[in-house]
Amino acid sequence: MNNILEVKDLNISFHTYAGEVQAIRGVNFELKKGETLAIVGESGSGKSVTTKSIMRLLPKSNSEIKQGSQILFDGKNLAELSDKAMEKIRGKDISMIFQDPMTSLNPTMKIGKQIAEPLIKHQNFSKAQAKQRALELLELVGLPNPEIRINQYPHQFSGGQRQRIVIAVALACNPKVLIADEPTTALDVTIQAQILDLMKDLQNKIDTSIIFITHDLGVVASVADRVAVMYGGKIVEVGTVDEIFYNSQHPYTWGLISSMPSIDTEDDELFVIPGSPPDLLNPPKGDAFAARNRYAMAIDQSEEPPMFKVSNTHYAATWLLHPDAPEIDPPEAVQRRRKQFPGNVTKGEK
Amino acid sequence: MSEKMNEKLIEVKNLKLFFNEGKKNEVKAVNDISFDIYKGETLGLVGESGCGKSTTGRTLIRLYNATDGEVNYRGENVHNVKNKEKTLEFNRRMQMIFQDPYASLNPRMKVVDIIAEGIDLHGLASSKQEREEKVHELLEIVGLNRDHAGRYPHEFSGGQRQRIGIARALAVDPEFIIADEPISALDVSIQAQVVNLMRKLQKDKGLTYLFIAHDLSMVKYISDRIGVMYFGKLVELTTSEELYKNPLHPYTQSLLSSIPFPDPDYERQRVRKTYDPKSHNYTDSDDVKMREVKPGHFVYCSEKEMQEMQKTF
Repeated sequence: MNNILEVKDLNISFHTYAGEVQAIRGVNFELKKGETLAIVGESGSGKSVTTKSIMRLLPKSNSEIKQGSQILFDGKNLAELSDKAMEKIRGKDISMIFQDPMTSLNPTMKIGKQIAEPLIKHQNFSKAQAKQRALELLELVGLPNPEIRINQYPHQFSGGQRQRIVIAVALACNPKVLIADEPTTALDVTIQAQILDLMKDLQNKIDTSIIFITHDLGVVASVADRVAVMYGGKIVEVGTVDEIFYNSQHPYTWGLISSMPSIDTEDDELFVIPGSPPDLLNPPKGDAFAARNRYAMAIDQSEEPPMFKVSNTHYAATWLLHPDAPEIDPPEAVQRRRKQFPGNVTKGEK
Repeated sequence: MSEKMNEKLIEVKNLKLFFNEGKKNEVKAVNDISFDIYKGETLGLVGESGCGKSTTGRTLIRLYNATDGEVNYRGENVHNVKNKEKTLEFNRRMQMIFQDPYASLNPRMKVVDIIAEGIDLHGLASSKQEREEKVHELLEIVGLNRDHAGRYPHEFSGGQRQRIGIARALAVDPEFIIADEPISALDVSIQAQVVNLMRKLQKDKGLTYLFIAHDLSMVKYISDRIGVMYFGKLVELTTSEELYKNPLHPYTQSLLSSIPFPDPDYERQRVRKTYDPKSHNYTDSDDVKMREVKPGHFVYCSEKEMQEMQKTF
């Protein structure tokens, strides 16, 4: 059993004045030891809500993890754990890097103290031990002159340096799972490249499993082993990074891939996903993507597609994979990519 | 495009913009840059945050007063204009689209009034009815519909708001639009919609764009030529094809090698280069400036560096 984390039938709702927003509607996935799983999708697709629920960071006042949802980690169901028990896991076994390094550090605390905090709390380190470990961690994330820097405040660092510090805090207790929520979106491309290299390098060294949330497909191609595509509160396609980029099956994934110009896109118009994401206050009947899908069939309006199997590692929720579905031509950019994929399968089995 | 490219619309000469000039904390945000923008083209401006690309755009449209240098619009220096009529005329010809569609629309104004503000200011509509008709027409051009006119900005999504921002810029019938990161706040699927719209408008109305961005793959797609900025200097300027195939300045090379592309095979082979500004070893006697290393390909370099680059062709 090499699954470190398993999410089963996760359903989450938010209670608002307008009614119940069904943000997550039956999400299933697993995270294997040592792998990087990228979750992609547009804003509102539920990627951040999913990961926040793993950390149990959703606001108590208006959010609800539905009965029957399972987040299995280390033999425990995190969805049902008490706050006290969760505190022992959060920041120790599972930790998180947030998007904005400017706001995720405490501006009034020296950075050394912020790195030492989880060590003293979770691992019963003495102050001196914690400082020693903080120095090691700063070295590990590539911050020069750690002896001096450890006594400085966050405002004395640049954005890229701050993100390195945030990573050092997250890695302090050698977590088994690291959740990175758009860790490079706020950074410049050159700095982004450094941070991505650093994360890959660290993963090799300490063997952590990473869940990487992003909407940048370039970043996905560079870091991910597997990819899950989310739309309207569900995972609509999941597969290895090659399967998703070279042999994607879901029309939404096609749209994402072909709406970005590649290196050799020429003068032709960009492929556009028309319309806007579904309203999860009243989730549409049938396939949530049907309204924006130019390949939609009659059945998409009435019945939700199940996950069809494409290969042992590749699944997609679209009726196009049903044995009775008509043959269609995917967008040109997708067809071009398919030529790079050996032995591709077009029809799946349920 | 080539025959159109001969007509210079904008000529930027030795433009400088310093914040806190003469003080201890002086920032040379834009430090002596020169370039031309031709009629009907899209010039992309890229670089990391703080390199001065937005400041350059804002100085062109006089949101900042230049510290030194000229911005000539059809031969007239826009920073020298003193009388009100001329100012109005320039404002009509040059418009801007901003990065954040949430911050750039007044939340207390209805869409119809946001779009018509320019029409009113320049007296472009003779009656209330004409004003309304113009707004409806603009909404349809940018892919919204006339029912949207009576609504407030908060009722729209990010992509729709950016369309309103574009409609507002188009309202006064400009010929030059500065787009300062118009798509960076939008989702990937919506980015493509806005970029396609901007390209269509350019074709239909013969617009000229200055497109400022840090997403290099989109910049390459939309631009005819691209300028790369680094610490207030323009370090390379050439056609977008040439820049990607044959980057000459080491900073450009480092920038291009850092962009992740949505292609796992390419990513596995990518070798990242780093740029160290000290590697040039410039001495005081080196005359470092923009030089035309190849026809139409300008690089910020010394005489010696230029000769070395030319050897490699």
